[in-house]
Amino acid sequence: MSHGRSQAERPLSPHLQIYRPMLTMMMSIAHRISGAANAVGFLLLTWWLVAIASGPEAYATVSQFFGSIAGRTLLFLFSWALIHHMLGGIRHLIWDTGYGLDKTSIEVFAWATIIGSIALTVLLWFAGYWLMGAF
Amino acid sequence: MATPLARVRGLGSAHKGTENFWRQRLTAIVNIPLTIFLVLAIVTHLGASYHEMRSFIANPAVAIALLALILSAALHMRIGLKEIIEDYVHGEGAKIAAIVLATIYAAGIALASIYAIVKISLGS
Repeated sequence: MSHGRSQAERPLSPHLQIYRPMLTMMMSIAHRISGAANAVGFLLLTWWLVAIASGPEAYATVSQFFGSIAGRTLLFLFSWALIHHMLGGIRHLIWDTGYGLDKTSIEVFAWATIIGSIALTVLLWFAGYWLMGAF
Repeated sequence: MATPLARVRGLGSAHKGTENFWRQRLTAIVNIPLTIFLVLAIVTHLGASYHEMRSFIANPAVAIALLALILSAALHMRIGLKEIIEDYVHGEGAKIAAIVLATIYAAGIALASIYAIVKISLGS
């Protein structure tokens, strides 16, 4: 880009802090945050896989961490970020077809992503703990 | 005067046209069933023993699904992180450095995971 032109005084378009926070805007930000969180979460998955490949001692360390409250919380948040980003992504794929861009649909999609991701995550973890014989 | 076609041939400022847009959608679609599989695999293996985990991953269907997930997710991750960096990091040098680091990160995650899955599958 030419420098002379970009240095000219131009009016700036209003940025985030100017607007009243709205659900759809928050969901757009949440999609980015959950995406970035998933990038970090995959490090957990990689650590877990490498430990299994390395042998019983390495796995014992990882297993102990993921069994702790901090480890379980991280895993829970990772699974929530995955599901949230997946539902948010499905919403984007629907929009790519040109459907669901009206005001009512975007509100419905936003709530479906929030409620759906929380409900699915909690349900899956209940099922997981039930399988472990916790109840 | 550049004609509209000449401008299109330039394929925009990235010179790649809609390649990243399309690749992000393709990996997104692939990631849907694989993410469901991963989340199910996580919650059904909480507190699993070393031997349970090894035999689970050594199952060819599981190994292939995990490999597919890692590959697709790493590509998706790289494009997504790059997009976030391009929007929020404004200094040219910092931006390039951040994109290089994000690419190394995604590639590192993919290579380490793939190596581990192959090692477990081949039982060495």
